[in-house]
Amino acid sequence: MLPTPKTVSPPSDDKRWKIVDGMMRRHGHEPYALIEVLHTVQETFGFLTDDAMKYVATSLRVPFSKVYGVATFYHFFTMKPPGRHTCVICTGTACYIKGAPTLVNAVREEAGIKPGETTADGQLSLLTARCLGSCGLAPAVVFDGQVAGKINTESIKKRVRAHLESAPKPEAVEVHK
Amino acid sequence: MNQDDLASIAAQTKQSDNRYDHVVKVCVAAGCLSANAEQVKTQLESEIKQRGLETCCKVKGVGCMGLCAAGPLVSADANEKMFQSVTPTDAAAIIDNVVDNKPAPANIVMDSKLDFFAGQKKIVLENSGEIDPERIEDYIASDGYEALFHVITKLKPLGVIEQITKSGLRGRGGAGFPTGLKWTTVYKAGGTRKFVICNADEGDPGAFMDRAVLESDPHRVLEGMAIAAYAVGASKGFIYCRAEYPLAVRRLRIAIRQAENNGLLGMNIGDTHFDFKIEVRLGAGAFVCGEETALIASIEGGRGTPRPRPPFPAQEGLWHSPTLINNVETFANIAPIIRRGGEWFSTIGTEKSKGTKVFALAGRVNNTGLIEVPMGMTLREIIFKLGGGIPEGRLFKAVQSGGPSGGCVPEQYLDIPVDYDSLAAVGSIMGSGGLIVMDDTSCMVDVARFFMDFCMSESCGKCVPCRVGTTQMHNILERITEGKAGAQDMELLQRLTGMVKATSLCGLGQTAPNPTLTTLRYFMDEYRAHIEEGRCPAGVCHPAKVEAEVSA
Repeated sequence: MLPTPKTVSPPSDDKRWKIVDGMMRRHGHEPYALIEVLHTVQETFGFLTDDAMKYVATSLRVPFSKVYGVATFYHFFTMKPPGRHTCVICTGTACYIKGAPTLVNAVREEAGIKPGETTADGQLSLLTARCLGSCGLAPAVVFDGQVAGKINTESIKKRVRAHLESAPKPEAVEVHK
Repeated sequence: MNQDDLASIAAQTKQSDNRYDHVVKVCVAAGCLSANAEQVKTQLESEIKQRGLETCCKVKGVGCMGLCAAGPLVSADANEKMFQSVTPTDAAAIIDNVVDNKPAPANIVMDSKLDFFAGQKKIVLENSGEIDPERIEDYIASDGYEALFHVITKLKPLGVIEQITKSGLRGRGGAGFPTGLKWTTVYKAGGTRKFVICNADEGDPGAFMDRAVLESDPHRVLEGMAIAAYAVGASKGFIYCRAEYPLAVRRLRIAIRQAENNGLLGMNIGDTHFDFKIEVRLGAGAFVCGEETALIASIEGGRGTPRPRPPFPAQEGLWHSPTLINNVETFANIAPIIRRGGEWFSTIGTEKSKGTKVFALAGRVNNTGLIEVPMGMTLREIIFKLGGGIPEGRLFKAVQSGGPSGGCVPEQYLDIPVDYDSLAAVGSIMGSGGLIVMDDTSCMVDVARFFMDFCMSESCGKCVPCRVGTTQMHNILERITEGKAGAQDMELLQRLTGMVKATSLCGLGQTAPNPTLTTLRYFMDEYRAHIEEGRCPAGVCHPAKVEAEVSA
């Protein structure tokens, strides 16, 4: 009953596409797997490129417009490459009450970036999260995937400075989970 | 697997646990993990090994113990001894205390008789902090899957629904719809294909109850879903979980695999003709997906936008089939209700709100963390007895329940019992269970602006009242905090709140004005101070300075 998926080849010979292909195969290339597949692409490559979205669109037989619509609708998906280090400030209610806005200002003072931006040298990205569910540790900040709790302006500035000064790593794109 | 196998697994697990004189439990839920709990656990293990105590002492990773602010938490000897803010270097002292009864350093000893623990009644969280969430045997040893076997071998679907109806359980996602009635509707809906969905898209900022349940006791949710599937006649289930909860997703996947391997999910469960499979679906950071029709659209792979109801998902939901959607906490209540009977459950709580409720207590309160209390406890007891009051001797100002859809309850209503109807009467809602305490350092106008900012950026944009209305209200609130608003703005704000509430398509827009409405109702003086005197009583807003951008 299911139509056979078109044989489309990945945008590049990067081996990581095998992971994406595997996810699509697991869902039988069904259109409803779109969000799951975009998650896999982002987990694997760090962000979504136009080429990646076009590949997913053709493979799942979904219009590119829909893929783009879904990718831009959900906050979790990003089309910008993340910096080598990421700093995610939780701006949930508990963290807000305990001073998350001052942390955002502190990073702006230290690194000169606003939420959603990456420093010019690609060292650090600043993001905000709706709520990490770590309200007991408020205000919470995620540095490179590790949650740190009870952060104040001094401690966040220290971490940011360390990230800005750390030597660039050889890999161009890191995988962030 | 059949009932005898289940009993023998339970007996074996209990027996092997009883071999140890001391079981040291380390919380490995997300809160404590981010405070270094994993290293504490490793250090405790190596300490035991070094002293050759492996035969009498065991370290066990368990789920959330509740008092997240004091993490990492360690407990021993059936929670007689508890330790807080433990670091790996404290491992030796803890083992000294547990095994040889030597006094432990005062800074890590925690009073296990604290009101925070003693004032609770645990049903949903009964295994949380007790069992290893990554071992199905632990769950089975705590009567796990007993209710599922009872249901599929001894009860008819209607018999199950009867118990749930009798219990008086209402949906724990926020709206409080009677669970038995919802199940009946799905049961009666025609069609051969039905679905069960667990809503684990806990989007309310400041709420982490569902996360704790999923991380601490995932099998309980699976069992609840399986019982529901049997009752309504579904054979496929989905858990829609936030991608922001990687640990919860991981533990859920482990739990599903273990249940499948043991024949507790999949085909012919318990050697009967009942089949039920569960898949985890990841959300992608859209608050509106907590709304059931938006959640369905998201599982179908599209943008998470709601659609008008009726038809309700119970009649026409996922892929146009009848679909039962319940929240994590609702499913977590099912197995205990079946095990002990609907009547037992209905003796707990108030007349119209039965059972217990899990709350995430956070903000300006001493004991931040997770609590489960019987419905009907007063807000004052929750905040000042269990929560230990406000830190630094500051003054209580308001408590916010229900997240961006709820309201701020002022001091004069601290003695109302916490149940669905009493909270609604003062303009707030029960919501999913986040309780954010605010003291005199919070400006209520800025709080209203904060929530409106949230709703504005989370509005999916499908209907005009919500898309445009939240933006307009946010702009007015922002102008007030900047000291640029006049009396006509207040009038417009009042009008907009009523209009957005009445005309929005889904719950997001209909409830978005609630924080503004309640602050207007109870803290009008603060609004006036901003507008008429150009000052912020709490000292939060600086009319001259531009506010930091906190939106993503």
